[in-house]
Amino acid sequence: MSHSSMWDSISGIIQRDLLLAMRRWSDAAMSVFFLVIVVSLFPLGVGPEPAVLRTIAPGVLWVAALLTCLLSLSRVFTPDYLDGVLEQMVLVPQPLSLLVLGKVLAHWVISGLPVVLLSPLLGLQFGLDGEALGVLVLSLLLGTPTLSMIGAIGAALVLGVRGSGLLVALLVLPLYVPVLIFGAGAVTSSMAGIGGEANLSLLGACLVLSLFLAPWATAAALRVALE
Amino acid sequence: MLQAVGLSCRRGERRLFSDLNVKVERGKLLAVVGENGSGKTSLLRIFSSLLPPEEGSVRWDGEDIHQLKELYSGQLMYLGHLNGIKDDLTAVENLMSSMALAGEPCSESGAKEALEAIGLKRLVHRLPSKVLSQGQKRRVALARLWLSTRPLWLLDEPFTSLDTASTAVVTQRVHAHLQRQGLVVVVTHQEIALPAERLQQLRLAG
Repeated sequence: MSHSSMWDSISGIIQRDLLLAMRRWSDAAMSVFFLVIVVSLFPLGVGPEPAVLRTIAPGVLWVAALLTCLLSLSRVFTPDYLDGVLEQMVLVPQPLSLLVLGKVLAHWVISGLPVVLLSPLLGLQFGLDGEALGVLVLSLLLGTPTLSMIGAIGAALVLGVRGSGLLVALLVLPLYVPVLIFGAGAVTSSMAGIGGEANLSLLGACLVLSLFLAPWATAAALRVALE
Repeated sequence: MLQAVGLSCRRGERRLFSDLNVKVERGKLLAVVGENGSGKTSLLRIFSSLLPPEEGSVRWDGEDIHQLKELYSGQLMYLGHLNGIKDDLTAVENLMSSMALAGEPCSESGAKEALEAIGLKRLVHRLPSKVLSQGQKRRVALARLWLSTRPLWLLDEPFTSLDTASTAVVTQRVHAHLQRQGLVVVVTHQEIALPAERLQQLRLAG
């Protein structure tokens, strides 16, 4: 198959998913509000002590980002599975893993990118300084695509299963642990003055690894779900 | 030429069919008939490569479809029970995005012509698909028949919820495809109004 029709298929998927997200913008907006509310709950619960807030900020922001991503996972494949678009996707004469990559990219733009863009504002709320904010944004920029990649495997595995919302959380959250540790670690170590480069490199490594393995695993899970 | 060699299929504990052999030449339509639950849809899904058969193989022009992989998907257009259209998109957007996904992108005017050919008026083109009736949604999905250049069509109950006029239009389109040496496999409960020399029937016992 020619490269142009491969590009047609992948860009077709991305365009359609972005158009759908614009038509249903309230879904994406709700994820963003969820993130803001979860993050704002901590100062209310822990108390307004600036030193404490600054210490917990990296962990809180990263856990909130993780939960936001988790909430949006049910929108990656389930609608396509229910209305038959997934069948059509599997029968496209292109490698399914590339189409999956397109879908995950669209999912990241819809649900991951807003988190990255909003994070400096939320970090400011916790009294993070300029450098720590920069590292926070960078760590989320490297980490959230990995969350979408890993999440897609889980979302594909639970397709058509009853109570899939909770199951996908149980499946995916343990896999998110390394990303959480490196992501929050990057911000913490930059605040401690030892620089976040080591943790950021590890996040980058996670991203590269998930870019290679996740689409392939997701494609295999999707084929099984449709049998 | 589409050929099934010694196919058998099991869903759960139930054996739907075994040692099924059938051969369809280009220019012919294979109508798969049988009771509910006799395995018609499973057979069509095996033909489409969505479902691997328990035993046996499907051959396209003599080659096993599981070896052809993407080369085979490039030959077929599959329309299942589900329409594969999005409720939030208009008819035109749905048609254009499913054609782009299939790797056969079409222009907006092409999509509109196809929708008109199947009897969806311009008024309907701009509405989100969620307000369309079942029959109208089915027609949006079937409009792909006017745009696809694939030789093999696999259609699962294409006439469900269509009115008589639309059924006739779709049948005509199928006939035109057969005259251009296309090959069609249809799962249906209805009589298909085509010349007898184009028709071939496969009855699944259930």
